[in-house]
Amino acid sequence: MLTLTSPVETPLHHWPAGAKLLLVAAGTMVIFALPDWRWGLGALALIAAGYLALGQDFARTGLRLLRPLWPFLLVLAVWHLWLQEPGRGVLLASRMFAAVALANLVTMTTRLDAMMAVIQRLLTPLARFGLRPEVVALSIALVIRFVPVLLDKATQLRQSWRARSPKTAAASIILPLAVLALDDADHVAEALRARGGL
Amino acid sequence: MERNITHIALFAALIAVLGLVPKIDLISGVPITAQSLGIMLCGTVLGARRGALAVLLFLGLVAAGLPLLSGGRGGLGVFAGPSVGYLVGFPIAAFVAGLVVERWKVSIGIASFAGAVLGGIVVMHIFGIIGMSIMLGKSLTEAAMLAVPFIAGDLLKSGLAAGITRGLARARPASVLSRN
Repeated sequence: MLTLTSPVETPLHHWPAGAKLLLVAAGTMVIFALPDWRWGLGALALIAAGYLALGQDFARTGLRLLRPLWPFLLVLAVWHLWLQEPGRGVLLASRMFAAVALANLVTMTTRLDAMMAVIQRLLTPLARFGLRPEVVALSIALVIRFVPVLLDKATQLRQSWRARSPKTAAASIILPLAVLALDDADHVAEALRARGGL
Repeated sequence: MERNITHIALFAALIAVLGLVPKIDLISGVPITAQSLGIMLCGTVLGARRGALAVLLFLGLVAAGLPLLSGGRGGLGVFAGPSVGYLVGFPIAAFVAGLVVERWKVSIGIASFAGAVLGGIVVMHIFGIIGMSIMLGKSLTEAAMLAVPFIAGDLLKSGLAAGITRGLARARPASVLSRN
């Protein structure tokens, strides 16, 4: 399974994940406190410059990750042009893009295992409530392994449906998929117990 | 114990897979994905606590940078975007859906439909609308207008969740943990 980490190595890749997360948290608070649209555009320009400084391909990937925001931009544009307060619209839109782009910067420059290590560390205080770190680690590994397994099963179900019906399989394959998933869960649970359990 | 863990992990994976299956277009042309169906199923099948844990596990992997949200989205950016309210609502929606199925001792189909509507639609959109209202600087009523087009699809998904949960209760009664 592909992660969102950029394969283009940048200097930011070598920063510790925890530090990057703290910086982004602080940056996001600043972004949401910006007073008017000039500051908003300024922050956006600063972040865009940061992306470009890390390379053109990197910046292009970063831009692609912002695609889900365009519909919201459209809503804001229509809304604030209609209300005739474009300044506020620009502030809200630039704030939204800046905050998401800044957060994506961490995701793009931090490897999955480094991020997992941070999450594990944040979860250690929960150990006294019965959430053992090794159980969390095993669950994460199981999900990462089972997403492609289930995707394969969904594809197989869809193909066998298509071999028998002129209509496309839509929701009707979800029940058999869930049954297969539950059976897999039982098998893995048995296998874990057979190996000494948790 | 082992069974709880594997069921939680498998349903977290199921949420991801349902977000990756191709979109269904409703008559209105509003594209819906099955991801929120996965959230509803976590609650109605696994029950309140395990369902919420499965969703939290899924969100943890998304935050860590796996593109598991519908449309291949993921990473920290989605938690800074306008739909963050929905992400916050995900585990609570699953919890509420599970609670209804656990507590309301009617036939599993009816209880699942009620749970899916209450958790997967009402709770989910309350959080989603509050989130959009904050992130987009709109009043709650204005933000609610953005959510309205999705209600029809959500009702359809609640029906599906009820049907699937009932089907599972027949096919694998021991695995429907919300009723065990």
